[in-house]
Amino acid sequence: MSEVIHADHHDDHHHGPEKGLLRWLYTTNHKDIGTLYLWFSFAMFLIGGVLALVIRAELFQPGLQFVQPEFFNQMTTNHGLIMVFGAIMPAFVGLANWLIPMQVGAPDMALPRMNNLSFWILPFAFGMMISTLFMEGGGPNFGWTFYAPLSTTYAPDSVTYFIFAVHLMGASSIMGSINIIATILNMRAPGMTLMKMPLFVWTWLITAYLLIAVMPVLAGAVTMMLFDIHFDTSFFNAAGGGDPVMFQHIFWFFGHPEVYIMILPAFGIVSHIIPTFARKPLFGYSSMVYAVASIAFLSFIVWAHHMFTVGMPLAGQLFFMYSTMLIAVPTGVKVFNWIATMWRGAMTFETPMLFAIAFVVLFTMGGFSGLMLAITPVDYQYHDTYFVVAHFHYVLVPGALFSIIAAVYFWLPKWTGKMYDESLGKLHFWLSFIGVNITFFPQHFSGLAGMPRRIPDYALQFADFNMLSSIGAFIFGFSQLVFLYILINTIRSGKPAEGRSWEGAKGLEWTLPSPAPYHSFTHPPKVTEAEIQG
Amino acid sequence: MKKIILQVVGTVILTVSALWVQADELNLRAGVTEISKEVYSLHMLILWICVAIGVVVFGVLFYSVYAHRKSKGVEAAQFHHSTKLELAWTIVPTLILVGMAYPATETLIKMYDTGGEDMTVEVRGYQWKWQYKYLDEDYNRTFSFFSNLATPRSQINNRQVKTDTYLLEVDEPLRIPTNRKVRFLITAEDVIHAWWVPDFGIKRDAVPGVVNDLWAIVPEPGIYRGQCTELCGKDHGFMPIVVEALPEAEFDAWYASRVSTEVVRTESFDDTFSHEQLMAKGEEVYGTYCSACHLANGQGIPPAFPAIAGSAVAMGPKDDHLRLVIEGVAGTGMQAFGKQLDPVELASVVHFQRHSFGNDAGDLSQPADVINLSGGQ
Ligand code: HEC
Ligand SMILES: [Cu+2]
Ligand SMILES: [Cu+2]
Repeated sequence: MSEVIHADHHDDHHHGPEKGLLRWLYTTNHKDIGTLYLWFSFAMFLIGGVLALVIRAELFQPGLQFVQPEFFNQMTTNHGLIMVFGAIMPAFVGLANWLIPMQVGAPDMALPRMNNLSFWILPFAFGMMISTLFMEGGGPNFGWTFYAPLSTTYAPDSVTYFIFAVHLMGASSIMGSINIIATILNMRAPGMTLMKMPLFVWTWLITAYLLIAVMPVLAGAVTMMLFDIHFDTSFFNAAGGGDPVMFQHIFWFFGHPEVYIMILPAFGIVSHIIPTFARKPLFGYSSMVYAVASIAFLSFIVWAHHMFTVGMPLAGQLFFMYSTMLIAVPTGVKVFNWIATMWRGAMTFETPMLFAIAFVVLFTMGGFSGLMLAITPVDYQYHDTYFVVAHFHYVLVPGALFSIIAAVYFWLPKWTGKMYDESLGKLHFWLSFIGVNITFFPQHFSGLAGMPRRIPDYALQFADFNMLSSIGAFIFGFSQLVFLYILINTIRSGKPAEGRSWEGAKGLEWTLPSPAPYHSFTHPPKVTEAEIQG
Repeated sequence: MKKIILQVVGTVILTVSALWVQADELNLRAGVTEISKEVYSLHMLILWICVAIGVVVFGVLFYSVYAHRKSKGVEAAQFHHSTKLELAWTIVPTLILVGMAYPATETLIKMYDTGGEDMTVEVRGYQWKWQYKYLDEDYNRTFSFFSNLATPRSQINNRQVKTDTYLLEVDEPLRIPTNRKVRFLITAEDVIHAWWVPDFGIKRDAVPGVVNDLWAIVPEPGIYRGQCTELCGKDHGFMPIVVEALPEAEFDAWYASRVSTEVVRTESFDDTFSHEQLMAKGEEVYGTYCSACHLANGQGIPPAFPAIAGSAVAMGPKDDHLRLVIEGVAGTGMQAFGKQLDPVELASVVHFQRHSFGNDAGDLSQPADVINLSGGQ
């Protein structure tokens, strides 16, 4: 306390937030920026969710009911783009901002001004992208994978705005990653060696490297599109000697690591929550780290499993099939470790734990369908059907998204100093859990029965499962309003939380009072055995 | 709370199993070719392996959730690694994977054996229809045709009852013989499409500028349906694939008659037609080839797809109108229809556009005009 007063003396404007709205515009504080990221991603989640409900409403019955095909395509495209780049990724960056300085014992992020910039780029990027929906000719309608030449020669005029928006998002992600790496490598408290870092920090360190490696590739792809559209080049135009398949190679060289960018931090989160509520150390800390590292490495050599049907030579098909199957091994290790952590623990099932267990189960189901998709000859039958839609929604919704929700419940007392309402939290969990499964489980069946993805209307034999799926989507969508209510309710009138908000919680962040002080650790804390995971 | 959850879970299980019994298709189709059957058994093999792993893994997890809870007064153990276990659950899955990869590799090698075909069909994807071109031994075209969605708009817009083959029916299916090795050359004219016949176990992207190949030997006569599976724009959901496998003799007879109609058709290029003949033929062509974008009422979907009603082109000089339709407008959805339609069809659809939706150019377009414009071909 005396140090705080002392510090106040010579540097007072640094010690509390500014007043009013400008606080949020000018802030360089990791907590403020984390909060901005999280609310921004929640807003995007709701917008992306509304688009998803438009899709599900149209697919409730066969025939065209509410929207026309060209609008439908804009809905699927923007739903995907907004959820991936606007909801999931910024949410993880928000969590990184809030948690990494506290978990490594630092006062703030290493590069606070850049931190401000990397957030404030995002509202402009998404404002621009969403505005295209209201332009003449409509917004992006070529799928979130924007395969050329549908996205170049045949794209609506607004594609140029989309390209610029992607550039901005990429710049934001790269800045965010540099900041995270700089913080983790330079600002750890003395005694916190790499192999003592909390797993969330580890997974983010690796994720940040993935981002720096692949975001420029995405930028390259959209720049080539821009040239094809406006400067008469023919990178992807077969008539001019280009190759549309090359677009897919470049896109998926970015895209597959991107998939892991959206799941590795989730692995970190779950590796904090399960030990806490099992009151038992994480099983196999070092194998967890190695597994994440191997998954990250493998993610660079499997990209063409998204392209088994483009007509690669046999040797290429076999290589990508084997390398993809291999990912099951480190992923399996992680799942087994989590279960071994639960084994013979003394578990309680508060909301974060419920979401974390649902994560383990449902993510594993997504892993199973992923393994099936890796088998090239059968992938021919699954590819671009609803089976794939079911697969990646299982890994992204009850996977990535559930982990984010779990993290919010888990650290909310630390952030706000207040406890959320446990029974409302459980209600939110059960509604989400049931909704998610009613939405996505039937999609396995419609996919196997042969329903292609990205179609606004379908043959009659798919009708039952689509109806079920639409009902589930509305349950899931509206139950997120319960989440919003819980959050606001906690912030306004939650019961005060303790510093160590959960009985079994370990880690430096729990040594701070709740809510955590504006500058997390002004003096490096002591890293004791009791507060490390491994 | 528990009771409610049990009830909910119970109801879900009941409805799902009820649907299971009702719905006719829940699993991958075994299909009819040797390849598709092999793919099916591979699918079942992996599915059961995953189910088995799932039962074990989730069994352990849920047992733990049930038994190791604080409310039962258990003390948490403090172990946090075991090299033996960790090695075991790295090595055993690897072995299982090798067991899966082996049959998968075998099947894939078979699928790639495209040589030794008895006949070849070129399959070309267009926004939003398929063209089938029958090639002779020297890969020259003998005849070709387009295969368009046959489901009427009124069914799609819910004004008429949908039939069983809703969205899975075409005006003219691809016809192939049974028991012969048919090779398909897959390509596309504009954007990427994908050609998929689930019952044959084959799917390949149709990429402009690239020719992919596939093959099938279909043992049973029948009608097999599939759909385009690569997003290709507005009507991606409306370009089905229908293949009719005919017994060999029947196929040969059909093939011979197709070749001879082809001769009659080419001869008709020299004829001249009356206004009524052109209008009748033109309306038919317009409905099949143009109304997806310009709409049946000629109003289009501006700004992407301009209206024909009141269009300056349709009211302007005939040759400009013909040239636009023959050559298309590069970089837009307006394709070069000179490659898709014959002179009679081109002349009549242009004539139709010039004399419908309130347009009244008051001239006649003839196949000879088309032939002149395209340089006598
Ligand atoms: C895939 C969508 C599509 C289809 C199918 C299509 N068109 Fe077009 N059409 C267009 C587009 C897009 C334009 C505008 C081209 C431009 O930018 O100049 C156009 C323009 C035209 C124009 C000029 C209209 C004007 O006033 O500028 C005519 C005439 C025309 N099409 C005739 C046809 C005919 C005849 C057919 C059928 C054989 C047909 N179109 C089928 C998309 C299509
Ligand atoms: Cu991938
Ligand atoms: Cu398509």
